Amino acid sequence: MGSDQLLFVGFGALALLGALAVVAQPNPVYSVIALIVSFFGLSGLYVLLESPFVAVVQIIIYAGAIMVLFLFVVMLLNATREDGSEWDRAHPYYRPGPMRLGAVLAVLFGVQMIWALTRTVGLGVGVGETRPAVESVRDVGRVLFTDYMFAFEVTSILILAAMVGAVVLARRREE
Amino acid sequence: MLDAQILAYAVLVLVVFFALQISAAVMVYAERKVAAGMQQRLGPYLVGPRGLLQPIADIVKLFFKEELRPKAADWFLFSLAPIISVAAAFVAFAPVPFGAATTFFGLLDEPLPLQIADVNVAVLVIFAVASMGVYGIILAGWASNSKYSLLGGLRSAAQMVSYELAFGMALATIVLMAGSLSLQDIVANQSGTWFGFLPQWYIFVQPVGFLVFWIAGIAETNRAPFDFPEAEQELVAGYHTEYSSMRFAMFFMAEYINMVTVSAVVVNLFLGGWHGPWLPESLGWIWFLVKLSVLLFIYLWLRWTLPRFRYDQLMAFGWKVLLPVATVNLLLTAAGVIYFGL
Repeated sequence: MGSDQLLFVGFGALALLGALAVVAQPNPVYSVIALIVSFFGLSGLYVLLESPFVAVVQIIIYAGAIMVLFLFVVMLLNATREDGSEWDRAHPYYRPGPMRLGAVLAVLFGVQMIWALTRTVGLGVGVGETRPAVESVRDVGRVLFTDYMFAFEVTSILILAAMVGAVVLARRREE
Repeated sequence: MLDAQILAYAVLVLVVFFALQISAAVMVYAERKVAAGMQQRLGPYLVGPRGLLQPIADIVKLFFKEELRPKAADWFLFSLAPIISVAAAFVAFAPVPFGAATTFFGLLDEPLPLQIADVNVAVLVIFAVASMGVYGIILAGWASNSKYSLLGGLRSAAQMVSYELAFGMALATIVLMAGSLSLQDIVANQSGTWFGFLPQWYIFVQPVGFLVFWIAGIAETNRAPFDFPEAEQELVAGYHTEYSSMRFAMFFMAEYINMVTVSAVVVNLFLGGWHGPWLPESLGWIWFLVKLSVLLFIYLWLRWTLPRFRYDQLMAFGWKVLLPVATVNLLLTAAGVIYFGL
């Protein structure tokens, strides 16, 4: 196994274990930390894919900015540990109906994963070989503002709408 | 396999690592002496000549202090937080170049760049790592399970998120001018002079960008007048209220190293890095140290001159003054680069 593969397995494992820890343990603050660890794993994978820009942006935006807000919210809401016994009665998602739905979703997801993995021609034949690699910041910018202009602008409007919505919801009624 | 080049690189890494630690000690001494001078006191003078050994006495004292663990603290995160802070501070310095490539007076066959990691997105890497440092502070505040710590941590999070935007915008103007994200290229673009005497530093083309970046940088490092996370009159000591002994020292080391890193980045982005008159290129690191020292002195000067903002003033200044100014500056610069080819 070459050093690249070793790194791939390492970062992949980091990303997966982090993601598992997000849902597997009960303390929400630890979940946020685990998610950050998972993002670092993803960022390492991007570096291996020779796109350092995407890797750094992943850290700046997700691990740096968004997760700070997550942590902020978790702390301000003073979310306590999710103890099983209390939540069994109180939380609707833990009742039998939603649990069955969740199980069905999990099975569907598993089927989809198997389908996707068996369709892959082989590891290593990825985006890089079928089209020119978007490596440098200049290329990313050019592609973003030409080929993907529409998607880019639509995303911006979506985020703007979300922002306006949040402000409207959070505004105090003046009565 | 151990050739001279790798050995020299390893030595360089060690030198930078220890230099950063020593810089923290030097800054502690300088801070106390400068503060004393500005308040017409003597400052430390008992330990060693002119009190020069005072930082060592401080460190020894901190080593022997008892380490207190608050009963209600989340012990894992409580111990992790200072480690995150100090690790982020060290890593952030890695992509900062501090001198031209040198063979150390013919000692090496090939010139060795005075930089730990020459990343082609260096500017962004520093930005990313610096934004990790905030976790140390927030987690310290939360894990201590104390109201002062929590308030300090939350303030720090709000402050850093607010000022990061202006910080990034000011950074982007320089990236536009240089057309590169690599600090080596940015510094290389600032060599030479205009009209034979004015150095081609970006501070002369981008004075507004420089001011925005420097102010946001001071806010990012939580220094006065932006030292809200540890505002002692309101929050006892803010996020590190519950810390003692070496864990407390780690927070302080992180703060001083962050000051050094921000100043070093400002030197590279706006003050021409290691370029300067009179000295040959290979001794450029002397210029770098001189510029760095001046900026660090300004840090101390500001702390003992300006009173702390009020919290709402801090937020209003960040969002309503600094960010719009940085945005307009970025747009003007972009227009200048496109239409006039600056």
